[in-house]
Amino acid sequence: MAEFNPKDIIKPENLVYRKSKVLTDNVMHYCPGCGHGTAHRTLAEVIEEEELQSRTIGITPVGCSVLMYNYLDIDMQEAAHGRAPALATAVKRLMPDRFVFTYQGDGDLAAIGTAETIHTCNRGENILILFVNNGIYGMTGGQMAPTTLLGMKSSTSPYGRDAATMGSPVKMADLVALLPGTCYVTRQSVHTAAGVRKLKKALKKAVEYQNKNMGTCFIEVVSNCPSNWKMTPVAANKWMEENMFPAYPLGDIKVPAGE
Amino acid sequence: MEKELKLMKGNEAIAEAAIRYGADGYFGYPITPQSEILEYLMEADPEKSTGMVVLQAESEVAAINMVYGGAACGKKVMTSSSSPGISLKQEGITYIAGAELPCLIVNVVRGGPGLGTIQPAQSDYFQAVKGGGHGDYHLIVLAPASVQEMADFVGLGFDLAFKYRNPAMILSDGAIGQMMEKVELMPYQKRSEDLPSWATTGKPETRERNIITSLDLDPNAQEKFNQKLIQKYREIEEKETRYEEFQTEDADFIFVAYGTSARICQKAVQLAREEGIKVGLLRPVTLFPFPKRRLNQLADKVKVMMAVEMSAGQMVEDVMLSVNGKTKVCHYGRMGGMIPTPDEVVENLKQIIKGE
Repeated sequence: MAEFNPKDIIKPENLVYRKSKVLTDNVMHYCPGCGHGTAHRTLAEVIEEEELQSRTIGITPVGCSVLMYNYLDIDMQEAAHGRAPALATAVKRLMPDRFVFTYQGDGDLAAIGTAETIHTCNRGENILILFVNNGIYGMTGGQMAPTTLLGMKSSTSPYGRDAATMGSPVKMADLVALLPGTCYVTRQSVHTAAGVRKLKKALKKAVEYQNKNMGTCFIEVVSNCPSNWKMTPVAANKWMEENMFPAYPLGDIKVPAGE
Repeated sequence: MEKELKLMKGNEAIAEAAIRYGADGYFGYPITPQSEILEYLMEADPEKSTGMVVLQAESEVAAINMVYGGAACGKKVMTSSSSPGISLKQEGITYIAGAELPCLIVNVVRGGPGLGTIQPAQSDYFQAVKGGGHGDYHLIVLAPASVQEMADFVGLGFDLAFKYRNPAMILSDGAIGQMMEKVELMPYQKRSEDLPSWATTGKPETRERNIITSLDLDPNAQEKFNQKLIQKYREIEEKETRYEEFQTEDADFIFVAYGTSARICQKAVQLAREEGIKVGLLRPVTLFPFPKRRLNQLADKVKVMMAVEMSAGQMVEDVMLSVNGKTKVCHYGRMGGMIPTPDEVVENLKQIIKGE
C-alpha cells in the first residue's frame, strides 16, 4: 500500500474553503468568540465574489472595529465617532460608481451618530450601512449602549438598565425602515453557519441594490460580546439567542417593492 | 473665457470662485452671516455645469465630516460656516489635520461667545490659528480684506492645502461676507480628474491599499508623526508667510491689523499722517503662518506697535511673541459686533503716544 502524502490531495479541484483574498494576513485583535471577525470575513468574501475590490471604499467607525482597515485589503477611511455615514455620503456623491459601505457598532451608529445615521438614510444615499449590534460598548470596556437590553448590567448600568432613568433599547433598523430613503433593511446574525449564509445573501442583495442606485441599504448584525457580557463564547451566543433575538428579531424589515 | 468684472457680496464671491476654480464639492449648513454661500451654490447648481457636488448637510458636524470623506478621496472639497458652526466643526477639522488631508474651510466670523451676535467680529483668531480642536496641529489661515480676496483666496487656499496636505481656512468676517464690491473673477477651470496617489479611490491590483486615518496606538509612531507635522508647519512658515505693508518705510508707529480692521487702519494711517503722525500698517495676509520675522525687523525702528482687532485682544499675543520685547506692543479693539472707526483708532494711538 502506497504511503499517504497530504500534498497529493492539495489540488484546486479539492478546495473546499480558503481565506478570502480580500482579507489580509494580519492577526485580528478581536476577543475569542466575538462576531466581528466573522462579519469581516463574510463582507470580504462578498467583495471578492462580486469583484468589487478595485471599486470599494469602506468607512470604519470608532469602537472595537476601528482597526478594520488592518484586516480588509481595500481602500478605507477611518471616521470620527458616529460620523461614518457623513463621510460615506460625500464619497458616494463624489464617486458614484464606487461601492461604498460603513461598518459601525451600536455606540457609534445609535448614540453619537444618530443624526448622521437618520439623515443619511433619509436622503437615501446609495450606500450600505453595516451595523453590528451587541448591546454594549466593547472597546471602552463594557459601558451601557443605546441598544443595551432592559435589566442588562454594564459598567455604567451596574444595577441593570432601568427604562425610567436610562431609556429603552433603540431599535435602529425599525427606525430607519420608516424612512423613504432606505430600500432594504434587514437583521441578521453570524453565530451559526446558517446565519452567516443568510448574511452573505443579504450583503449580495445590498451590492445589487447599490449598483442600481436604489437607496440606502441597512443591514444589522445582532452579535455578541463575550468579554464584556462576562460569558464564555458559547454561553454568550446562547444568551444572545434567548435575550437579544426577542428584542431584535432576525429577518427582513423592509425589502424593495416587487422583491 | 475672459476675466469678468462683477459686483458681488463677499459670500457670493467665495461661492462663484469655488465653481470657477473647479472645486469638486461643497457641504454646508445655514448660519448667518454666511448662508449666501450655500444659497448661491444651490441656485447656480454647478453639478449640471462643472460637476461640482453641492449638499446641504443636517448639521455643521455632518458637513465637515462630508468634507473629510471627500478629501480622503483626493477631491477638492470645502465647507463654510460662521463662528458657532465652526466650533461644531472642530472635531472634524482636527481629524482632517490628523489624517493630513487637504480641504478648504471658510469662517465668516460673528461676535461671540455662545450664540453672541450676527454682526462681524474677529474673535475666532485663537481658534483658527492655534489649532481649534484637540491635539497639536495648525491650519493654513488666510485673512481676506476685500471681496476680491474672498474670491482669490479660494484658489490659493486649495492650492496651499494640496501642496502641504493640510486643511486651509479663510478667516473672514461678517462685514466682508456681506459687503458688495467689484470683483474680477477668474475664468472657469475644468475640474481635474487626476487624484493624488494617497487617495482612497478603490484599490487596483497595481498598488497597496490606501488607508486614511488619524489613529496610531503606538506612542513612538504617534510622536514621530507629530514631529513630521511640526516640520511641515515650519516649512509652511518658511515658504508661505504673506503680508502687506502700507507706509511703514518712515513709520514711528505701526498698526498691525488683518481683514476688516486692516481696511479701517489704512484710513487711520492717512488721517494720522495728515496730523503729522508717522504711522504705517502691516497687514498679515496669512495668520498662520504669521509674519513674525518681518514684525521683529520692524520692531527695531518703531516706538509702538498697535494691534487693532475686532476682539478683546487675540492677535496682539502673536505680535508680542514676534517682537519679543523689542518694542512696546498695545491693543485696541471693539467687540460684540462693533466696528471701530478710523477716527477712533487714531484717537487711541494719540493717547498711547501721549503716555509714552
